[in-house]
Amino acid sequence: MVEFRMPSLGADMEAGTLVEWLVKPGDQVKRGDVVAVVETQKGAIEIEIFETGRIEQILVDLNSKVPVGTPLARIRTELERKAGVALAPVGPPATVAEAPPSVLPAASRPSRPASIATLPSVAGRARVSPAARRLAATHGVDLATVTASGPSGAIIRADVERRLVAVTAPAERKRANRLDLGAMRTAIAAAMARSKREIPHYYLEHQVDVTSCEQWLTRTNALRPPDERLLMAAVAAKSVALAARHFTLFNGFYRDGKYEPASAVHLGIAIAIRGGGLAAPALHDVDQMPLDDLMARMRDLVQRMRAGRIRGSEMSDSTITVSSLGERGVEALHGVIYPPQVALIGFGKVVARPWLVDGAIGPRSIVTMTLAADHRVSDGHAGALFLAEIGKLLQEPEKL
Amino acid sequence: MTAPAAMLELTYRDAMREAIRDALRRDKNVFLMGEDVGRYGGCYAVSKGLLAEFGPERIRDTPLSESGFTGAGIGAAIAGMRPIVELMTVNFSLLALDQILNTAATVRHMSGNQFGVPLVIRMATGAGRQLAAQHSHSLEGWYAHIPGIKVLAPATVEDARGMLWTALQDPDPVLIFENVMLYNMTGKLTADAGAVDIDKAMVRRTGRDISLVTYGGSLWKTLEAAAALAAEDVDAEVIDLRSLRPIDDATIMTSVRKTRRAVIVDEGWRSGSLSAEICTRIIEQAFWELDAPIGRVCSEEVPIPYPRHLEIAAIPQVPKIVAAAKIALGRA
Amino acid sequence: MTAVTDKPRLSRVHALDLLKQMIRIRRFEDKCAELYTQEKIRGFLHLYDGEEAIAVGVIPVLEQRDRVVATYREHGHALVRGVPMTAALAEMYGKQEGCSRGRGGSMHLFDRATNFYGGNAIVGGGLPLAIGLALADHMRGNDIITACFFGEGAVAEGEFHESLNLAALWGLPVLFVCENNLYAMGTALVLSESETDIQRKAACYRIASEAVDGMDVVAIEAAARHAVRAVRESGKPYFLECRTYRLRAHSMFDAQLYRDKAEVEAWRHKEPIVRFKGWLEASHMIHPDDLARIEAEIDAEIAQAVTFAESGAWEPVEQLTRFTYADSPARDVS
Repeated sequence: MVEFRMPSLGADMEAGTLVEWLVKPGDQVKRGDVVAVVETQKGAIEIEIFETGRIEQILVDLNSKVPVGTPLARIRTELERKAGVALAPVGPPATVAEAPPSVLPAASRPSRPASIATLPSVAGRARVSPAARRLAATHGVDLATVTASGPSGAIIRADVERRLVAVTAPAERKRANRLDLGAMRTAIAAAMARSKREIPHYYLEHQVDVTSCEQWLTRTNALRPPDERLLMAAVAAKSVALAARHFTLFNGFYRDGKYEPASAVHLGIAIAIRGGGLAAPALHDVDQMPLDDLMARMRDLVQRMRAGRIRGSEMSDSTITVSSLGERGVEALHGVIYPPQVALIGFGKVVARPWLVDGAIGPRSIVTMTLAADHRVSDGHAGALFLAEIGKLLQEPEKL
Repeated sequence: MTAPAAMLELTYRDAMREAIRDALRRDKNVFLMGEDVGRYGGCYAVSKGLLAEFGPERIRDTPLSESGFTGAGIGAAIAGMRPIVELMTVNFSLLALDQILNTAATVRHMSGNQFGVPLVIRMATGAGRQLAAQHSHSLEGWYAHIPGIKVLAPATVEDARGMLWTALQDPDPVLIFENVMLYNMTGKLTADAGAVDIDKAMVRRTGRDISLVTYGGSLWKTLEAAAALAAEDVDAEVIDLRSLRPIDDATIMTSVRKTRRAVIVDEGWRSGSLSAEICTRIIEQAFWELDAPIGRVCSEEVPIPYPRHLEIAAIPQVPKIVAAAKIALGRA
Repeated sequence: MTAVTDKPRLSRVHALDLLKQMIRIRRFEDKCAELYTQEKIRGFLHLYDGEEAIAVGVIPVLEQRDRVVATYREHGHALVRGVPMTAALAEMYGKQEGCSRGRGGSMHLFDRATNFYGGNAIVGGGLPLAIGLALADHMRGNDIITACFFGEGAVAEGEFHESLNLAALWGLPVLFVCENNLYAMGTALVLSESETDIQRKAACYRIASEAVDGMDVVAIEAAARHAVRAVRESGKPYFLECRTYRLRAHSMFDAQLYRDKAEVEAWRHKEPIVRFKGWLEASHMIHPDDLARIEAEIDAEIAQAVTFAESGAWEPVEQLTRFTYADSPARDVS
């Protein structure tokens, strides 16, 4: 018995629908006879049979769509008839017994792009991706101290990030609470030296009456458990962030000879580490962060910073930085800008001072705010307006 | 001790004519076929005088049948001749594109190496003579896309003189693009100047600060730009590709490794141009050497217009090349 | 007009040979159809059923040194020209033992040994190539002619006109053989040509031309003898229009919506094998034994070709880039 199968009629034919049989069981057919009609995307095509013999059995119903190669009918061939036997149904007519089945080569492996020869590196010149270079420059990381994990032995951004974390928080690898301050100091030294070398700083100072702010904090915190209380630091940070959104000359990067204002406000929070370390990880989109949220994140940041659990990405993309020496600090802090940023706001400690209010002298809480700014990008006039705006925002903390 | 060879000064046109004449003399299977190559003396006067010297069988004027006579060149090459088909310009070559791509480029591979096509096709290319949109294309980049053919862009008198013979010896089809703005250019050649290679780029000006990669008509603008940059203390290296298929990657990468910056000057339209291919090769092979994004100076994406000021604005010019170099150097 | 020497000598031997050649093509094409339905042959398949008389009538009149250019419907031409059936079928399977190393498939049979220049899938694309081959022979003074086969569909292409013009203008030894089967794929001749008397177009280029009944192998041979002699003696082109019909569809995947079944049936009664066989039987030049013997020989040859193709090898993938250029190396492209 031989099977008559759905033929392939074209390179893009995968299946066909049998719409008409022109023969029935018992009919004699010879090679070349048209036996059925198949509907295809091109129209109805008559299909011919390549066997000679008798139709024994129809296997497929009309109007069924079947894939190419599906058996449609069984034919008892001339050969079998003459021999008086029915041979076992065979698959596609074997040509010659010893012909090995012709199979296409095994599906090739998913193709890899041909490996393109890359140049061997010039002796002494490390391979560093542009992204890695930028990050390293921002933080004054010496590339010679970074371990490469990228293709062709190149240093990639993640490698520099890892290096930064290692610099700032290698606690897991050292005894508890011992940071590798030596490496951190080196990094700070490089960054600060570069800052002073490249950035023409100018400084402005502004004293702000934060009495009403303090009072608001007292009132708000009275109703809160200790771990949810707001600190002045958060209020200050939010004020700076909101003002920075509008004073675009102070929120962005100076790179490659030009200034690019940033589209978001990622506030760097300078955090001192016991033992002499200092870092300024970023909080993202502080201008849009609710105050409670901001406070919680600042708390979390400080905790993690001190425990050495800072993520590399947090280190890298502040658009402006706020620094405060807190209660133990001094009255005014004139900071050094972290390149490629262009501004740093410093807050001194809040002190009680005699102040003129409505014509009378009385005690007020005063904080001295400073702005260190890049004179290539802004000048004193703009800086003064920026500080004034921050001062204004600090008067209405409930609106932050 | 031999006396130094005499130096000749001649035009690019003259050099190309000498190359053809030299080939016709050396190999009787060589013949030139194209529109107006005989009695007219060649649209750009390249073949002037050759008809009288070699006769109408070997300097063969054709009717305006680009597809027909390009295919004829292919058949003649398969059957053992060494034809030089001259398509008047790349603008008209489009009528022969089927024969070039579907026959010349495919026959060897498709026939299992039974037949090869040792054909040379020459064509004028480029803009700059206010010939407007249909007569100003630079399609070398398109042709350089096709496997099975080779594509050359001689930009100097030496290459105009020397590339043709090497191309005629090649067992595969070679297309030679002659920028129309170069025909009148003069240069010096030794009297015995002969065949040159057709697969290597050449550094026309060495430099340390940036690699300017170009070909054809743009070479001279690029060299001028390099001179202007030198006056501003920028030392540019200028690479003349010479061969657009295959591209000499090694020369380009050696240069970029040294300078770490590159600008590509290509008279094709920017999108999908040969400059895009070279850019990508530099990224593939020399990414770690780069200190700046790769720049490109290409034709504006417009049909080339007729009025002079607009045509000038549409194609690469020296100031644009200088500006692109400065951007790469961070001196914008 | 026709010289005495042009008339074919219809001895029994020659007649049987003509019949055998046509049946050999027919059966080969039939086997190709079967193999195609089994996906052994892929891509496009264009079969010659009904047109066999043209290849069989013209090609044996050529000399070994002459050149043949054909189209994508060229299996018959290749077989008559002497391309081994084994190599032709292996080529259609895509095996490296194929005449084009398996790289061309059904539409691109090439064979240097028999001066068979393909196998062209661009309608009209072979005509400029034929002009070029003839140009080379003309310039070198070779006594070689080029026979260029094409369908009537090519007549619409610009390259047809350019090529005829060049052949006439330059006096090139080309025999243009137009196989007019009345349909360019699915478009009837009357719907695509303002002048459907094709050999008249050649006359416009001042090329000697003739139309002949494409279903009559003897008439074709006579016309071919005359034409070949004319080309060889004058060195000028000649145009032979053979009026024929394609019994099968344009290609395997064609529902033939553009023509009537009745029309096909009508032509089936006058197709060249039926006609010639009938004439031979009527003239008692053929016995039933002859036919059985011919068919058995052919079937055996076909079976052997199938075995050959089935057991052939796939060209290693590393060889993919070889012969893009004369010196291209093999390359690992996995």
